[in-house]
Amino acid sequence: MTEVVDASGIAPGEVLVDARGVKVHFPIKSGLLIDRTVGHVYAVDGMDLTIRRGETYGLVGESGCGKSTFGRALLQLEELTEGSVTLGGVDLATLKGEDLRRQRRHMQMVFQDPLGSLDPRQTVEQLLLEGMQAHGLASDKKGARDRLVELLDAVGLPASALSKYPHEFSGGQRQRVGIARALSVDPELIVADEPVSALDVSVQAQVINLLQDLQEEFGLTYLVIAHDLAVVRHISDRIGVMYLGALVEEAEADDLYAMPLHPYTRALLSAIPVPDPVVEDTRERILLSGDLPSPANPPSGCRFHTRCPWAQQTRCSTERPALRQVTIEGLPGSHRVACHFAEGIASGEIQRHAVEAVLTEPTEAPEPAPHAVPGTTLLPED
Amino acid sequence: MTDSPRRPMPGTPSHKKARLDALASTAAPSGSSGGSAGGGVATAVSDAGRVASGEGVSLWMSAWRRLRRDWVFLFGAAIVVLFIVLAVVAPLIAPHDPATRVLIDQVNRQTNPVPGPQPGHPLGADYQGRDVLSRLMVGARQTLLVGVLATLGGLLGGMTLGTLAGAFGGWVDSVVMRVVDVLLSIPSLLMAFSIAAMFRSPSQWTVILAIAIVQVPVFARLLRGSMLAQRHSDHVLAARALGVRKGPIVFRHMLPNAMGPVIVQATLVLATAIIDAAALSFLGLGNPDDRSPEWGQMLGNAQPYFDSHPHLAVYPALCIIVVALGFTLVGESLRESLDPKSRR
Amino acid sequence: MSTPLLEVDDLSVRFTRQGQEPFTAVDKVTFNVAPGEVVGLVGESGCGKSVTSLAIMRLLARRGNQVTGSVRFAGTELLTLPDAAMRDKRGAELAMIFQDPLSSLNPVVPIGVQVSEVITRHRGENRAVAARQAAEMLDKVGIPDPTRRLKEYPHQLSGGMRQRALIAMALACEPRLLIADEPTTALDVTIQAQILALLTDLVEQSGTALIMITHDLGVVAGLCDGVNVLYGGRIVERAKRHPLFAEPRHPYTGGLLGSIPRLDGDRDARLFPIRGSVADNIPWDHACAFAPRCHQEGEKCRTVAPDLLPDEEARTDGGLRLLRCHYPLTAADRQRIEEGRA
Repeated sequence: MTEVVDASGIAPGEVLVDARGVKVHFPIKSGLLIDRTVGHVYAVDGMDLTIRRGETYGLVGESGCGKSTFGRALLQLEELTEGSVTLGGVDLATLKGEDLRRQRRHMQMVFQDPLGSLDPRQTVEQLLLEGMQAHGLASDKKGARDRLVELLDAVGLPASALSKYPHEFSGGQRQRVGIARALSVDPELIVADEPVSALDVSVQAQVINLLQDLQEEFGLTYLVIAHDLAVVRHISDRIGVMYLGALVEEAEADDLYAMPLHPYTRALLSAIPVPDPVVEDTRERILLSGDLPSPANPPSGCRFHTRCPWAQQTRCSTERPALRQVTIEGLPGSHRVACHFAEGIASGEIQRHAVEAVLTEPTEAPEPAPHAVPGTTLLPED
Repeated sequence: MTDSPRRPMPGTPSHKKARLDALASTAAPSGSSGGSAGGGVATAVSDAGRVASGEGVSLWMSAWRRLRRDWVFLFGAAIVVLFIVLAVVAPLIAPHDPATRVLIDQVNRQTNPVPGPQPGHPLGADYQGRDVLSRLMVGARQTLLVGVLATLGGLLGGMTLGTLAGAFGGWVDSVVMRVVDVLLSIPSLLMAFSIAAMFRSPSQWTVILAIAIVQVPVFARLLRGSMLAQRHSDHVLAARALGVRKGPIVFRHMLPNAMGPVIVQATLVLATAIIDAAALSFLGLGNPDDRSPEWGQMLGNAQPYFDSHPHLAVYPALCIIVVALGFTLVGESLRESLDPKSRR
Repeated sequence: MSTPLLEVDDLSVRFTRQGQEPFTAVDKVTFNVAPGEVVGLVGESGCGKSVTSLAIMRLLARRGNQVTGSVRFAGTELLTLPDAAMRDKRGAELAMIFQDPLSSLNPVVPIGVQVSEVITRHRGENRAVAARQAAEMLDKVGIPDPTRRLKEYPHQLSGGMRQRALIAMALACEPRLLIADEPTTALDVTIQAQILALLTDLVEQSGTALIMITHDLGVVAGLCDGVNVLYGGRIVERAKRHPLFAEPRHPYTGGLLGSIPRLDGDRDARLFPIRGSVADNIPWDHACAFAPRCHQEGEKCRTVAPDLLPDEEARTDGGLRLLRCHYPLTAADRQRIEEGRA
């Protein structure tokens, strides 16, 4: 890719993305004439994550956990407050302007809202051509046209779609156009932010299958960000579970389901409805009490301790647990968890207890559109 | 018929894809002779669903299709077209030269200052004996000129400022917007007077300039607001993620999508510009040379005779009202048809 | 089965909007709800499930909507009821909760006032009593510190708490029927689990009948006694939940189930989606609207509109099972698809 050599000693062949200590804090501003920063929304607060070449990494969490912000920070669409992101050995966080723009060829994004992410006044042809032009891939007119038809074919759309506008497609077709646009510059990494959650169920499956086929065809690496653990588990090789700005657990997809270690992961898994009445009738539910605490004022210690049914008197509220490997019989080394008492909980030594719900006032967590507009505040506006 | 004829490579997704695709296409259900039903079965949709053939319909195009059936728009547009046609052909069809004092011999300052209607002069003449009908018809041209040029001037200035503020944000935005705020805090007509009065000799150009400057902050603020909304939209983020340069992002994605409200505002401003021009002329800040008539100016000149001969004021006023109504109706129906919420 | 609480009979809603082609959003929908029963209406966007519920509640605007058929609630015909009488019933005997709790609550009125308003309106209680009952209600739906919450405004509550407040409002007068229109779609999964558990508890305790409208088959699987699957404004399949999920007969139902990645499923199994989208539907007049998207399509599908008929070839578990399909899925078909996916 480029001549920059990473000095941190990661095997460059296997790892494509390496994010270290990524923090994204949004200032909360207030004031009539002069904006003063009165606090921060700790949207992403210390994320370490590596993605191997050719794998699908699933990042799962609930709204407000910072997963979308992290995805954007990874693509340098959000300024990092701290930390570094390397892609194929190139340190992206230090790049600026034109250098960064050229790197964008290698990393693309698929959005949640297929209509909103396509310029309504551009035809599909213009939309697809734009990225290629920006990276000098469309110098030959005939060749570019052939490439567009190829791209559309890859996502299952006919060539007649080229002259159409986004509003003339169904939701699933729009998402296909969005995927074709991401593919148009021949990227290595695609960050898919909730790629199917805006679509009808029957159409979701089409898009999931398409993403899998394209990965195989083009050797893509995916970071799939979603709230739906069932979807993430289906398409990911490895899964990271995020809670309030940081990973709480990371494991191979099957391992995570077979042996969830973190209490939050357990609750999340038990909360997802399974379309099978037999399973539903017999499943044990771990109901969490209360809501996600405000990311502007995260709890001390383990961020989950305010809702954790396994929380202990010691350490949980004072010491923030790091992501670590635990020694449990039959657990692979790739399975890491950020919980002080993971071993005790897994063995049954520590039992669940009732939790008093703590109410949180919504600070309108800036998950979907965290762009702080100058002169406005991030306080509740509705 | 159930399984793909291909050599099995168990487990690989591509094989599964082929197998499932085959499964999906062999639609024949048990017990029926699938595929023999003629055209019907053959038109099963592809995985992605059907895409209509033919050219796409742009947002402008679909807005136009909606407008074509909107009687409010058609009515307004008819007035506007009539007005423009009149402005173009008026000198050819006007019965008299608007500057010639054809009835000057009937004017008597004491007994009959304004000649009344008579054969050949259905609306009579003004205090200088000039034919009112001809002056109204020819006046359409000046009025249109003032309205269009003032609006265009305001639009250009406002777009420049609004684009600057919306595209760069940050301190550029702050500086531009504070200036705009100051301009907006001055009552618009007062500002137009002040600007027009600054020039040594008023002319039609000073009127146009004054009105244009008054409209600049309105357009700037409007465009800046919708540019900012675009700036935070997903499709602009998508373009950034794609590595599109700043220029194309602003001019290809943000500006065209932000223009809707501005265009609507422009049609409404056209109406107010004509009224403002009339006000300036009325107050004596308009074109002093009344050989080429303008409605506002005619209205202003009718002032001394308003008690005795109100028709001198009523005719140009009616013209202004009707034309302003025309532009307003066009603007309002444009607003409705461009509004994405009312689409479909 | 006991006498039904709600009988919906041939309910149709036709949109006749100016400058648009008339469109039948709900097409002769017929179903019953017994007292205390939980009935699911399932389908994707545009299948008419929400319009059905709005028609039952008489919440559709008169203008531009033509509602025909009959909706009998405890023997009273609702569609012809005078507006005032209908207003008395709404909130007192039938209540509804919506997908977006924020826009369903009045943003400038405290929660407590909004809940107690329902009580004063329908029960004629004085304000002090109503406020006390409102606090009890909030407590019942699991809002901590209810007396303090009474004075708070909707924006001060989180999404989950707002939905709880809305449920409190809906259940304040102990209605006999609650219609929940995608009540958890806007919420996170852990919050969804809380709300579903709450709804199940409340409905069981009070014997309220529930119509659950959702696109999520997972929600239906754990909650509903009977399930109606809607497509293109018509019911295409109805069964009790166990037989429906064990043996889906309509290709659309089967397709939906094949489209959902299961948390406990085989990760390598490929999803078997329904092709196309709702935009590919054809009119029901002389065809099956689903035909263009259907994997089971046969010769009759585009010439004869299928009727909703009792289906006795599959498991019924003693309930009524109905199906609208010429070529339903058989055990062999399901087997074939399973093998293709694995």
